[in-house]
Amino acid sequence: MLARDAHVARRNAIQLLLQTFLQPLLFVFIFGRVMVGSGYLPAAYKSLLLPGIIAISMVFTGIWAVAMPLIAEFQWTREIEDRLLAPIDVAWIAIEKVIAGMLQALVAGLIVIPLAWLVLRPGVEISIHAPLTFAVIIVLVATFSACGGLALGCSINQQHIGLMFGMVITPMIFFGCTYYPWSALKTFPILQKLVLINPLVYASEGMRATLVPQFPHLSITAVLVALLFFDVLLLLVGLRQFEKKAVS
Amino acid sequence: MAVGVRTQDLRKVYSSSPPLGAAGGFIARADARGEKQPKAQISALDGLSLEILPGEIFGLLGPNGAGKSTTVGVLTTRVRPTSGQAWIGEHDVWKEQTRVKRLIGVVPQRPNLDFSLTAREILIFHAAYFGIGSKQRNELAGALLEKFKLTERANQMVRGFSGGMMQRLSIARAMMHDPQVLFLDEPSAGLDPQTRILLWEIIREYHQVGKTVLLTTHNMEEADALCQRLAIVDHGRVIAVGTPVQLKASIPGGFVLRLRFGNQTADLLQHLQALPGVREVRALDGTADNTGADVYADRGGSLIPEIANLAANSGAELSDVHISEPSLENLFLHHTGRSLRD
Repeated sequence: MLARDAHVARRNAIQLLLQTFLQPLLFVFIFGRVMVGSGYLPAAYKSLLLPGIIAISMVFTGIWAVAMPLIAEFQWTREIEDRLLAPIDVAWIAIEKVIAGMLQALVAGLIVIPLAWLVLRPGVEISIHAPLTFAVIIVLVATFSACGGLALGCSINQQHIGLMFGMVITPMIFFGCTYYPWSALKTFPILQKLVLINPLVYASEGMRATLVPQFPHLSITAVLVALLFFDVLLLLVGLRQFEKKAVS
Repeated sequence: MAVGVRTQDLRKVYSSSPPLGAAGGFIARADARGEKQPKAQISALDGLSLEILPGEIFGLLGPNGAGKSTTVGVLTTRVRPTSGQAWIGEHDVWKEQTRVKRLIGVVPQRPNLDFSLTAREILIFHAAYFGIGSKQRNELAGALLEKFKLTERANQMVRGFSGGMMQRLSIARAMMHDPQVLFLDEPSAGLDPQTRILLWEIIREYHQVGKTVLLTTHNMEEADALCQRLAIVDHGRVIAVGTPVQLKASIPGGFVLRLRFGNQTADLLQHLQALPGVREVRALDGTADNTGADVYADRGGSLIPEIANLAANSGAELSDVHISEPSLENLFLHHTGRSLRD
């Protein structure tokens, strides 16, 4: 089944690349190059921005890669039914989707790093200080995005896709500490506490903590614990929703 | 070895609108905005028990919404019954899902082919899900594409296929893993007569190698031509089971005359009952200006003059007559008081 998804992903590769990377790259270009180059933002902002961009690309690739096909396959073409009839427990089909989403999210992260670096150069100071922690964090981020995609994709009806954008995705991006560090919210104490329910915060902060530790960031332990918590939570919710969809 | 299918006292209550074609219906649920409408309780299956013998072609015949698709859904692990049990061979469908899925092949009511793949890939991936080795699955796919006359289009995406081609491919896919029991939900709906005949041939051929076939249909002709035994289903219950011949013989008389009168008297019905050849008269409970009766009789057209006479003598105005010969349609009418086509 993983092979089937890989096969399809390969066939749609260009479309996938465009939809994943265009938006973050435009952001990188506008904020990182135009705003900094014209002096509205300090040069150091580039380095602050990059980890956030990686986080956002990974998270949305993962969510997208799982949620959209699921919505389409369950409600539109119903092509998932064939896989639901394969002689394995239906939960494995959901897990397969999560793994496929994770892999796509990881690929997205790995592609965005050099791309963004190319656009932003010169003046980005990033370095991987703790490769192992970094690896753990990106895997956890990929997992949470794919599980989130599973939970979303199985909870939302086709006609509510637009709503999903407005109500879930957009606030997640803007309150996700992607374009600013979490500590920048300290003048809005209530908001600063509130955004902590947004898993994207931990993804961005985790990237920041490992790539640009010179900036203020949440502690790595907190990031790891929170990401793990969201991974498990979203996976459980996602599996439950998936089974509800699979069996009426 | 051929495998039978059994269900016992299946009940399924949907707490919102039931999926149309419940074999995999994921039609939008009632709007989730938290409005205070009470959830409608719709009973799709109401104590349905069936026994399908190993190696037979069995048909579920009934009108739309009778519970046919829900039955197939339960037997194919896609619809969880509210109560009751179902078995494929020795295996309880809900306790040994994985074993059951190996034994069954399913052709859904609506095509659910993988639109991102070509016809050949659909078959090959399907076989891969069932753990069939790559050499064997390539050969199998080739053979089935040939048999279903799809070889020319084998390497094209299925998006552009016609309804009949999709249906053929769905059946080919269901046969890829050589299931012991083949489920076909409304297999000939929307097919042209030629394709339908090809389909029937394929089903018969599959049956001849000792496989069990369960199909649902609301087409009496198909049920009559194809099925060895039938169950007539309505409102989630089995109304009658038997071979087509047995079932047809169970209708009193065989002929049905549907009569409509302008103004009908109880008297008239008694006179009708007394006519030679009439087995049973059922009054229709219509409105005052639209009354009538279904007359079950041994003969058809030859009764008309007598009926017309009777009507004239009792002052009732005969406004419409419909005669039908012995058929499963009449059987359905007899059991439910409704026509299959209503």
